[in-house]
Amino acid sequence: MNWLSPTLVEALIAMSKALVILLAAVLLGAVMTVVERRLLGLWQDRHGPNRVGPFGSLQLVADMIKIFFKEDWIPPFADRPLFVLAPAIAMASLLLSFMVIPITPGWGVADLHIGLLFFLAMAGINVYAVLFGGWSSGNKYALIGAMRASAQTLSYEVFMGLSLMGVVAMADSFNLREIVNAQTTVWFVIPQFFGFCTFLIAGIAVTHRHPFDQPEAEQELADGYHIEYSSMKFGMFFIGEYVGMVLISALIVTLFFGGWHGPLLPPIVWFMLKTAVFLVLFVLLRAALPRPRYDRVMSFGWKICLPLTLINLLVTGAVILIVG
Amino acid sequence: MSVASPSSDNASSGARTDPVVEALAQRFGDRALIEQATLTGMPVVWVAREHLVEALGFLRDMPEPFEMLYDLSATDERLRSHRQGLPEADFTVFYQLLSVSRNRDIMLKVALAESDLELPSIVSLYPNANWYEREVWDMFGVAFRGHPHLTRILMPPTWNGHPLRKEHSARATEFDPYTLTVAGQDREQEALKFDPEAWGMQRENDQSEFMFLNLGPNHPSAHGAFRIVLQLDGEEIIDCVPDIGYHHRGAEKMGERQSWHSYIPYTDRVDYTGGVMNNLPYVLAVEKLAGIEVPDRVKTIRVMMAELFRISSHLLFLGTYLQDLGAMSPVFYAFTDRQKAYEVVEAITGFRMHPAWFRIGGVAQDLPQGWERLMQGFVDWMPKRLKEYERAMMENAIVRERTRHVAAFTTREALTWGVTGPNLRATGCDYDLRKQRPYSGYDNFDFEVPLGANGDAFDRGQLRIEEMRQSLRIIQQCIDHMPPGDYKADHPLTTPPPRERMLQHIETLITHFLQVSWGPVLKPNESQQMVEATKGINSYYLTSDGNTMSYRTRIRTPSFPHLQQIPVLMRGGFVPDLIAHLGSIDFVMADVDR
Repeated sequence: MNWLSPTLVEALIAMSKALVILLAAVLLGAVMTVVERRLLGLWQDRHGPNRVGPFGSLQLVADMIKIFFKEDWIPPFADRPLFVLAPAIAMASLLLSFMVIPITPGWGVADLHIGLLFFLAMAGINVYAVLFGGWSSGNKYALIGAMRASAQTLSYEVFMGLSLMGVVAMADSFNLREIVNAQTTVWFVIPQFFGFCTFLIAGIAVTHRHPFDQPEAEQELADGYHIEYSSMKFGMFFIGEYVGMVLISALIVTLFFGGWHGPLLPPIVWFMLKTAVFLVLFVLLRAALPRPRYDRVMSFGWKICLPLTLINLLVTGAVILIVG
Repeated sequence: MSVASPSSDNASSGARTDPVVEALAQRFGDRALIEQATLTGMPVVWVAREHLVEALGFLRDMPEPFEMLYDLSATDERLRSHRQGLPEADFTVFYQLLSVSRNRDIMLKVALAESDLELPSIVSLYPNANWYEREVWDMFGVAFRGHPHLTRILMPPTWNGHPLRKEHSARATEFDPYTLTVAGQDREQEALKFDPEAWGMQRENDQSEFMFLNLGPNHPSAHGAFRIVLQLDGEEIIDCVPDIGYHHRGAEKMGERQSWHSYIPYTDRVDYTGGVMNNLPYVLAVEKLAGIEVPDRVKTIRVMMAELFRISSHLLFLGTYLQDLGAMSPVFYAFTDRQKAYEVVEAITGFRMHPAWFRIGGVAQDLPQGWERLMQGFVDWMPKRLKEYERAMMENAIVRERTRHVAAFTTREALTWGVTGPNLRATGCDYDLRKQRPYSGYDNFDFEVPLGANGDAFDRGQLRIEEMRQSLRIIQQCIDHMPPGDYKADHPLTTPPPRERMLQHIETLITHFLQVSWGPVLKPNESQQMVEATKGINSYYLTSDGNTMSYRTRIRTPSFPHLQQIPVLMRGGFVPDLIAHLGSIDFVMADVDR
């Protein structure tokens, strides 16, 4: 058994941990689809899906069976390679981002020095999924959706990165593990409140969640960029959106709410609890708000959020220079 | 005219009492006009074809003008037997004008011979004549000279014949069985393909190439089978063409094959959110023809049920309006409230959506025991909910921003396009038939008519919440002061006659049997009744030829002109504005297409 060297064991353990995190992320995304429906039901004075299994717990299984066995139809007028590629990008780019998130002191896939930049890059790639999907579908609604998505993401990614720079400056690192450790005394949400606000808004916009779901706006574009998708390709867009939700929630927790830090309970529980709060917030926003007009969303991004992040960054920099 | 007109206050030709007809006679000479005595409650004047445009222009431009072309349609006169004293005609085209300042109507009729079915178009006088003239062309084959786009509007473009002509079959069983081959399907689809050139639209200009987007017939915000083709530059709407007719059932044609009584359930389905509100104009018009005066209890019950359905319809409006603005939850709350309304409706009528509960001369049953408690429960439940809708949604910044000054129009524009009901009142025009021309005892109720100021999508929403409050007030008064008495009029034409009396002796049994099997026979005449329905002014214009069924049933619905106005409002707007406007109109396609 000498081939079982300590490095190999370490590698195997790391691999299985990575696998567990990957599966957990996908599964959590999938479970969120049902949790969201139940929560919406609760807030809208109705039951939500409660028929499959006890309290509707097997609804997810039923949905999965259904979506796997649907006809996987590619419209004859679609651009095939891009049409197939788009949902893969949607899912993969977000899942890859999970790599950099430190879940507990012992859990996490990669400990990149440029962890935050990696996430921003992946979020940048994610918009290609919408663009490709919308363009290759050969459908006018999808095209308008893709057009909206590109404009919106362009505007919101500008200040999404900037809104995090305050955190980076304070932690003196792009490494997420170090950012978490820098929050042992005080969570960054307090000194970086405006950074938190703008990142939350940008996060919702990047995941195309309500009220920033302009690219798919059901009432206007009848589902927008993924209108022509069916079966598991649609499923990947669909689950991808929820994986994005989980990702943004986990990031907010990591960057602004001290990650796994918390008294009494074990780190993993703290991390999960905090993440769950933001997941519920995402759902609550969808239940509560109407959808603003698309051009207002753009001007809100450029005229309010961007200046706010810049001022925040300047003030943070000034404070660090004076105090430090 | 030999037709008896017992309650008509219009004089027959010779001694003209109506100042408008007098003015017309002075202008065109006494011999150019023939006045017809009817039970419609307005002067009905036949004019010659060559005088038509001039006469309409005269009425439109006179002091206290007739601002609105309220209705325009035709009648196939060829099989009508009782038309003594009327000009020779194979087809009659009628124009009904409404004056808000006079609170009066006038109807002009033009006689046409079958060999020469042509009229000058009046689109330049009244822009909303556009769709009406297309409908007349579609249904009767009357051509309008100078019309900008005279094509079919309700029937498919491939249809053969003109359905409201008497020779056109009325029932599916009179046709060969329907089949659709692949080639036929391709032909139908090709016919529906949008051709921008046919509508005078350009495919591109100097800067950009336009996108033509087919919104509907199946689209989440089209509220039914409604199609609107958008000419887009980016997301800006350059122009748009609404396309209707996907929900056409031929309700007017059915009126010619159903007895006066058995047609009532069809009326429910015209504005399918309005329930018994739809029965009201029809039943009132039939009662005018029959000369029935209903007891006070009947009037009050009708008002109460109609107002209950107004609330139910407005709730549906509110839910879907906010949903179109992207708010997901309100529609569920609104449906919870509608369920409460339907529980009351169900207890009283036995049905929910389409009770068909009004009868000629009364209502189907008396109110059940304990109805007050149920109704009071609903009336007590609603106000706090309405408050909640206002606080959660109408005061929401996003809702305001989406709807304020969106698709706004003035009173003048509204009248030009035939807009009525809450959409007209949102412009600040105080015109509610319940106040202006009280029917069914509305003059005995104490309520206010809410008005808007800007005529935009926000006012149209806010106003309906206020209307629900006023309807609750009316219902409360019904609960407090429900008069005692019969639920059916004591009249030989009351259909069906009260069952209790039917079992007493042979005469009433025979009457009952005849009225249920044949249906009542009404004297030849014409009548019309307008009501302030859920979505605007709804009226039935009935022509009786002394038969058990109507000779011609004309249903004027509010949604039809409301949709026609869309392109004028939306040019230069954005797609989300169009969605907000569609949500704020409050239309159902069954009401548009009939």
